Amino acid sequence: MAEEMSPRPFLRPITSEWLFRHPRYLRYMVREFSCLFIGGYTLLLVAGLKSLSEGRAAYEAFLEGLRSPAGIAFHVLALAFATYHSITWFNLTPKALPLQLGEAFVPDVAISGAHFALWGVLSLALLYFAGAF
Amino acid sequence: MTRSNKPLVWGPFAAGGTLTAFVTPALIVLTLLAGLGYAPELLGYDRLHAFMGHWLVKVVAIAVVFVSLWSSAHRLRITCYDLGLRADLLVATVVYAVALTGTLAAAVFLAGI
Repeated sequence: MAEEMSPRPFLRPITSEWLFRHPRYLRYMVREFSCLFIGGYTLLLVAGLKSLSEGRAAYEAFLEGLRSPAGIAFHVLALAFATYHSITWFNLTPKALPLQLGEAFVPDVAISGAHFALWGVLSLALLYFAGAF
Repeated sequence: MTRSNKPLVWGPFAAGGTLTAFVTPALIVLTLLAGLGYAPELLGYDRLHAFMGHWLVKVVAIAVVFVSLWSSAHRLRITCYDLGLRADLLVATVVYAVALTGTLAAAVFLAGI
């Protein structure tokens, strides 16, 4: 009988309007969209490796591309999204790596704080190693 | 017992998410400085060619490219699903294939340095 009453299963309409229903959903989507910029930037690095393997002229042309307005604009956007990814990722570390010492759990702020501190040290070390300052 | 391939997909995603959180912003700053005309010394052709020529650096570079592309691919796959694109098998195949092709290309280019 039930089959006669509903010959077709109910299909919930699939839309993406849900993400505008709450600022939290929009922030989630911004975080997820960081993958386009991190992935895109990694592919840019692969293109840089290609030019490096092809010799000096090709590599200089790659650097010239970085100096274009599009190159600068992409870098600024990618830096903003990548930084947002780092912040959200480290804020989640207490959930992913809860740490128990004896009876008590290490406070969330100490776990994410340690990650933020390490991020700062690693970033400065990388910039220093590359000769940025 | 059914074997799941979730750990295989998710492991590199977690590794890549962590690695990109730690190093990608600083890497972007380096190439942004180059774009603004303040290229760090390491990005000069001779320095970088010599640096990337070391086998250990090549191995690390391939690992960085792989987990960065893989985690981005995985996140893009989930995002497509969230936005209503439910052809998951097709999406997964395309994004993971791009990640693996990019990694393979990086390995080939590094071999030529």
